Amino acid sequence: MAAFVGFAGLARDAGLTLVQTVFMTGIVWALPAKVVLVGSILAGNTLPAAAFAVSLSSVRLMPMVVALVPEMRVPTTRKWVLYLLSHFVAVTSWVLAMEKFQHVPRKMRTTFYAGLGSTLVLTNMAVVAIVFTMAGRLPATISAALFLLTPMYFLTSLWGSARERAGHVAMAAGLLLGPVFHLLTPEFDLLGAGLSGGIMAYVFHRIVRRRGT
Amino acid sequence: MTFGAIEAWWWPFVFILVAGWIATDIWRFAGVFLGERISEDSDLLVLVRCVATALVAAVIANLIVFPGGALATTPLALRIGAAIAGFAAYLATGKKMIVGIATGEAVLLAGLLLF
Repeated sequence: MAAFVGFAGLARDAGLTLVQTVFMTGIVWALPAKVVLVGSILAGNTLPAAAFAVSLSSVRLMPMVVALVPEMRVPTTRKWVLYLLSHFVAVTSWVLAMEKFQHVPRKMRTTFYAGLGSTLVLTNMAVVAIVFTMAGRLPATISAALFLLTPMYFLTSLWGSARERAGHVAMAAGLLLGPVFHLLTPEFDLLGAGLSGGIMAYVFHRIVRRRGT
Repeated sequence: MTFGAIEAWWWPFVFILVAGWIATDIWRFAGVFLGERISEDSDLLVLVRCVATALVAAVIANLIVFPGGALATTPLALRIGAAIAGFAAYLATGKKMIVGIATGEAVLLAGLLLF
């Protein structure tokens, strides 16, 4: 949520209005996609170029949705419900859902995720609106501490959300590879780190299982 | 066809819808389409989960190593130190998230105030 504080400031600097910024928060939702979109607007890119850049940054959402859907689906779940709920998928709600689903009865998981997702989206739209109107007035130390809240929160909850040992391996690999890929290929950092780190963790999973059986 | 190309009030919203919403939700919808066809205990799902987890971890690491805003002006070693201390506290207290987060924040603030 604290990361949205930074986004509101960025959108404001790019010349977006309050309404446009809040609209973007609700309709796009994933933070990296919005940062790329605002970056494209700042750079004066055309619509097709901006759409291409944003869609590259959002490919990463696909494996997250693929991992989540089988856990909240029951035979009677309607398809449109899943498509509607997929809009809420972004790092925060995904990590929270993966961590909490084990305590939620299977039949209630779509309802649980609808409540979780809509609360997060609406809260963040409000936060963005508030920060947009009072951007840049917080003391530097406080805002530095606020910016650290998001990664600290994800760091602990992602560890707790792992389904198998390979999840911890994937997390360690992603933590190390993220900055490396950011330096090597800034446009494909998340995809590159996710694919290579994920495949490494999967190979680990296969090796461990073969030894175990 | 840039963001400021057309003066009408609706143009920025069309721009955000096409370049933001469609470009993003198309992948979420593709995820539902594929996720519906995967069984929960299949091995392929382990791979997908590993990729998704590594991706999210990469987001976290980049938020710490290449942060935005006020955090960008703090020393890199202090940010990494705070994150490691927080994570260690989280593990040491039997996965108490609040302890981990508070420890990380305390280390960061102590570092900023001392140096």
